[in-house]
Amino acid sequence: MSSTDISIHPDVHHAHDEHDHHHDQNFLEKYIFSQDHKVIAKQFLFAGIFWAFIGGFLSVIFRLQLGWPEATFTFLEPILGGWIQNGKLDPEFYLALVTMHGTIMVFFVLTAGLSGTFANFLIPLQIGARDMASGFMNMLSFWIFFLSSVIMFWSLFLETGPAGGGWTVYPPLSALPQAIKGSASGMTMWLISMALFIVSQLLAGVNYITTIINLRTKGMSMTKLPLTVWALFFTAILGLLSFPVLFSAALLLIFDRSFGTSFYLSDIYIAGEALTNTGGSPILFQHLFWFLGHPEVYIVILPAFGLVSEVIATNSRKPIFGYRAMIGSMIGIAILSFVVWAHHMFVTGMNPFLGSVFMFLTLIIAVPSAVKVFNWIATLWRGNIRFSTGMLFAIGFVSLFISGGLTGIILGNSALDIQLHDTYFVVAHFHLVMGAAAFFGMFCGVYHWFPKMFGRMLDEKLGAVHFWMTFIAVYLVFMPMHYIGIAGFPRRYYNWTGFETFNIFTDMNTFISLAAIIGFGAQFLFLFNFIYSIFKGRRATQNPWHSNTLEWTTPVLPGHGNWPGEIPTVYRWPYDYSKPGAPEDFIPQNVPFSATQSSNLPNEKDLE
Amino acid sequence: MIMVDNRIDNSPTSSGVHPLKFSLWLIIISIIMMFAAFTSAYIVRREEGNWLEFELPTILLVNTLIIILSSVAMQWSYISAKKDNLSSVKTGLILTFALGIAFLVGQWSGWAELVQNNIYFGGSTSNPSGSFLYVLTGVHGFHLITGLVFVLLTLIGSLKYKVHSKNLLRIQLCTVYWHFLGGLWLYLYIFLRINH
Repeated sequence: MSSTDISIHPDVHHAHDEHDHHHDQNFLEKYIFSQDHKVIAKQFLFAGIFWAFIGGFLSVIFRLQLGWPEATFTFLEPILGGWIQNGKLDPEFYLALVTMHGTIMVFFVLTAGLSGTFANFLIPLQIGARDMASGFMNMLSFWIFFLSSVIMFWSLFLETGPAGGGWTVYPPLSALPQAIKGSASGMTMWLISMALFIVSQLLAGVNYITTIINLRTKGMSMTKLPLTVWALFFTAILGLLSFPVLFSAALLLIFDRSFGTSFYLSDIYIAGEALTNTGGSPILFQHLFWFLGHPEVYIVILPAFGLVSEVIATNSRKPIFGYRAMIGSMIGIAILSFVVWAHHMFVTGMNPFLGSVFMFLTLIIAVPSAVKVFNWIATLWRGNIRFSTGMLFAIGFVSLFISGGLTGIILGNSALDIQLHDTYFVVAHFHLVMGAAAFFGMFCGVYHWFPKMFGRMLDEKLGAVHFWMTFIAVYLVFMPMHYIGIAGFPRRYYNWTGFETFNIFTDMNTFISLAAIIGFGAQFLFLFNFIYSIFKGRRATQNPWHSNTLEWTTPVLPGHGNWPGEIPTVYRWPYDYSKPGAPEDFIPQNVPFSATQSSNLPNEKDLE
Repeated sequence: MIMVDNRIDNSPTSSGVHPLKFSLWLIIISIIMMFAAFTSAYIVRREEGNWLEFELPTILLVNTLIIILSSVAMQWSYISAKKDNLSSVKTGLILTFALGIAFLVGQWSGWAELVQNNIYFGGSTSNPSGSFLYVLTGVHGFHLITGLVFVLLTLIGSLKYKVHSKNLLRIQLCTVYWHFLGGLWLYLYIFLRINH
């Protein structure tokens, strides 16, 4: 629960005192229960990569079923055991697969893995702080996440399988253990795991916001912050406001499941027998869930916005176009994300007038999103572009964000949604705009900041192969999905060969599955590159990308406390790239104006 | 990779507020969001009908007075700490703790009263209107227990002479949290009175 950490305050009372009485840390303190934000960031990164491969693997299994519905999968028996019956995938296990794929990817990879890694790593380094406001709370956040991960992972091996009611766990399906196998103990573990996950996210979010507001170095005003920090700041605020609501929803669901209440249940018959629950409303859950659920997609994509802005500016050797417009559009997106949740519920029988209000608000999001896209393209425009792997992924992100965003305008219409709701069109839309795009943002961040994390470089050639294979595979998977979605092909169906209408899409489904398997395979190139480079990669220099932000002023491998001497003072914004008159094409934030008289603008003369 | 020369920054933080105090406010915001979710769910659900109307337990009014008194005691203790009146600090904290326990006992007997009137949390005869009351009071009660733990820790600190005008942070945080819990209950009570 969000408040239980109150009692730890005495321990963390002077989190910053710990630097002056440094003792030799043992292995456990240094690598396992570390309070160093950089170690915690790596822990989140490793956990995120682990979960990403599990989540990806699950999707390959259900793509096999969708691509080759008539095939026998006896060869999967060694892995799946009893879930393969006579060479056929158990239909209820199929539902569990899509549920767990969604849960793992949205929460464990793209929330914890993405903002957990980069908020922890970049916030103190880029604002010029020794560590997070509370290292202890930060450590607690990771280990609660770890516990939540263990419970979720364990649920994969239950006899009745993991949760199977979709990642949105709508009641009554999820509330009644007798409904499907996936609503039995797998669902209970899902709820426990998610409750812990929320606690972990709240602890982390409180820390991120406090650190950004309170621990900026001298001269680092809010308008000199890199866009990464701004993005992570808004992400943390969104999480702080929306996750407690999911907690409330989950708590009521737990009561319905285990304590006989009827918040979401009413007038239900199972196998011809009436349940005693009366007075509940399943739609209530959807309102509560999507009040989190919609900000959640921005929790996933905002960190990617920040990482990509930073990488694009650095590798275009140009100032970011419209720094303040970038912040403004993120504020706009953050506020709007709280008033659009019902666009997930257009077909629940809601008042059509209410639907049109939500439709209107939803379509407005296109404006700040377009501002961002325009600014990225304008930053790239006539830039001195260096196609590092991080940059490739950043450009790929912009491409995916445009392609996926366009279909958002279509889906946001409440009338069109009647046809498109719960079809593969929706699947294609959100996979492009938040799934694949956020993954690209994450890859962009990993390739760009790997030298700061591990003191070595990732292999650029392998990185380029990884990028092109992933980029092409993503489009080959999701473009055809739009097509079958418009035709009405429903999502979450285990078997569609029985429907005359959908039989004609067999070849296309096989094609999508092949592309998905190739795309998944390409990730092993990354895994190899990642592990190999940690130990054997080319050694990095202090500032390999000639970047302006403060993290590159630390030693190649910064220790606990980040800067060996004093924390640098900040004098300028982080985007002084290719400034006319400057000897180099970058001027780090800690260079005073008095040292750059040849390149100062008229209004900067006073600051010399 | 241990840095040898790590200096501490004694300069004030960039916002002028102590980071822990700031964190506490953020935690309070997240608790507010949780109760905002519960109470708005309550309203939405009530509008849909099939809602059992019943009398609120009368003891809730007494509990409300108790928690207001406990806030007064807490504030007295905090002011005494500022004035280095150490014995009043202890008395104030003990009083706060005792009143907090009294509040919880009162809430418990409120539940007993509900059960006597056949308003159950779960089971075949329960209605969401009753269940919501249990959830609101229960989750608030849980947070109040965390508040009591905090009061207890502050009290232990004061017994070790660690709470005085030069070391106010702990009792300051404790006071903020305790007033918040009192205010939260006041909101819930008024909310239940209006929507009943």
